[in-house]
Amino acid sequence: MNIIVAIKQVPDLDYIRIRDRRPIMEDVPQVIGDIDKSALAAAVDLKESAGGNVIIVSAGDENLEDTIKEGLAAGADEAVLVKDARLAGMESSVIGTVLAATISKIENGGLIIFGEGSADNYSGQVVSRVAQILGYPQVGYVNWIEIEERVAQATRSLENEEETVEIPLPAVMSVVSEIKEPKIPSVSSILKARNKPKRVYTLDDLGIEIPENRYVRTVINLAPVSQRKGILIKSVDELVKVFESEGIIRR
Amino acid sequence: MAGILVYSENSKNAHELLTAATIIGSALGLEVRALSINNDTQAEDLAERCGEVYRIKEDSLKLSDTSAMASILDQVVRKLNISVVLLSSNRRGKELAGRVAQILDSGCLTDVYGIEVRDDGNIDCFRNGLGGLTVVSQVIDTEKKVIAIVPKIFEAMGNKITGVIRDVEVDVRSSGVNVVRTKTKVRDAVDIETSDIIVAVGQGLANKDDLPQVEKLAQLLEGEVACTKPVATDRQWLSEERIIGLSGKKCKPNLAILLGISGQVQFTVGIRDAKTIIAVNTDENANVKHISDYMLVADIKDIIPELIEKIS
Ligand SMILES: Cc1cc2nc3c(=O)[nH]c(=O)nc-3n(C[C@H](O)[C@H](O)[C@H](O)COP(=O)(O)OP(=O)(O)OC[C@H]3O[C@@H](n4cnc5c(N)ncnc54)[C@H](O)[C@@H]3O)c2cc1C
Ligand SMILES: Nc1ncnc2c1ncn2[C@@H]1O[C@H](COP(=O)(O)O)[C@@H](O)[C@H]1O
Repeated sequence: MNIIVAIKQVPDLDYIRIRDRRPIMEDVPQVIGDIDKSALAAAVDLKESAGGNVIIVSAGDENLEDTIKEGLAAGADEAVLVKDARLAGMESSVIGTVLAATISKIENGGLIIFGEGSADNYSGQVVSRVAQILGYPQVGYVNWIEIEERVAQATRSLENEEETVEIPLPAVMSVVSEIKEPKIPSVSSILKARNKPKRVYTLDDLGIEIPENRYVRTVINLAPVSQRKGILIKSVDELVKVFESEGIIRR
Repeated sequence: MAGILVYSENSKNAHELLTAATIIGSALGLEVRALSINNDTQAEDLAERCGEVYRIKEDSLKLSDTSAMASILDQVVRKLNISVVLLSSNRRGKELAGRVAQILDSGCLTDVYGIEVRDDGNIDCFRNGLGGLTVVSQVIDTEKKVIAIVPKIFEAMGNKITGVIRDVEVDVRSSGVNVVRTKTKVRDAVDIETSDIIVAVGQGLANKDDLPQVEKLAQLLEGEVACTKPVATDRQWLSEERIIGLSGKKCKPNLAILLGISGQVQFTVGIRDAKTIIAVNTDENANVKHISDYMLVADIKDIIPELIEKIS
């Protein structure tokens, strides 16, 4: 049984500059988000008990193959990608459709693992949309997984409780970052990643058209106004003075 | 008349959603309805706050089975002619939202922390963009809309009326998810969101043994200890209730002291509304300097004891 991991290519948020409150997206490198890296690490861990391959699925723009290379170096066996310039920043309803169609092309997929939220949009929607389209059961916010033949056990980490469920496979899960610390790929695994199999589809291949009417429209996207003093202080004495001037402590 | 439906398994969250629903409902002429599943007490509590409560009693329907739950919501939405579904943006609510939206072929927004109904009937939803770097306002353009709202944004609706409870018949379609066991998380009653002073620690705190010092400092300043996500989830030194940020709490204290925190955007989004921010970090180029009013470039291991001594 293969384990499929959905990995999103996202802009590296550390490189986004703000000008006139607007985010400048030009020349921002594309990376894999931290939570998706944890999802991949968790999948690699389960590979043995599942007895199949770890397969990355991802939908994104032209840079996708480059970005996903890192995932192949981190232990995935193959990648099935959908590449289209329009897919960068595309809304969740379309991404859900695209990923579900991609996953349907993979044989013997038993468990499909997602991050609980993408590093940029962080909505957690894509997971549930894909599960619904495929008609699979799902369990979200998982911090522990064990696979036994055609069922899995997983622990959902909720605000006030941990709920361990049994779930028939195939199934969709989303994981929290603490499920597994991502591995930093070694040089040799980076080299090997180049030869790992990759399938690249276009939207046409999948027979998907991007609907003209969007489900969700973004009206405003601006950085909040922030005015900080930015004063460097040199000692604890100065810090205490700041406390006094801010009225935190009185002498 | 078309309606707006409120559902959360968490009663307090549901009461808050009723407030949001009333605002949207009165602006758009939608009748507010609440749904309660396998919880009679909740149904009665809701009926004191909302005219019409719909109750489902089905032993075979489990909260843990998101697929079955989403199908129930779909059935109720169609039966009651609902156009807006309001869910809680807690973990169960977020998981449910996307699945319900997919069945309804609708747009969906989660983690919504502000709502404004426009004259043209659009509901502007405010949420974080780019991991918290920006504030985004988004509108759902489909006929039906699913919106998950962050807890504690709206006041809970008070009990002031006598509504009716009606039972609804639904068809439960289990997806085979069964709970094996549940374990209550160790509760931490702290409420960092309402704290006036926050002392937050990050991974710059090298040793768990230094944590009592941080607590002492917070105590002296009459504030609360908070932290970055990895301190709670990876190291598990503090409870998850103390996490500030995108996947944690949004705080607006008068003063925030950030100790050994790099200031990545997912953290910053939860503290940028603080009136004054002081950071202590060994790296003078750490991103935290861009969000601080005062920055001290130093080792927190030295700073904390010295500071405690000087303000005691
Ligand atoms: C989708 C998503 C959601 C997330 N949500 C959250 C969230 O809600 N909250 C959150 O906090 N994070 C969140 N994160 C994680 C976030 O991206 C960062 O990884 C995290 O905030 C970093 O925590 P940190 O500052 O404690 O650690 P680090 O980034 O490791 O920073 C440690 C800092 O301590 C300094 N330091 C080291 N030693 C010392 C010393 N002795 N004295 C003084 N300074 C020292 C270092 O210079 C460094 O700046 C999220 C990530 C993703 C992808
Ligand atoms: N374009 C994409 N390609 C592959 N996986 C994605 C994509 N978008 C979202 N995902 C997956 O869905 C999860 C949740 O994303 P989101 O719904 O955007 O918060 C991510 O952590 C990924 O696992």
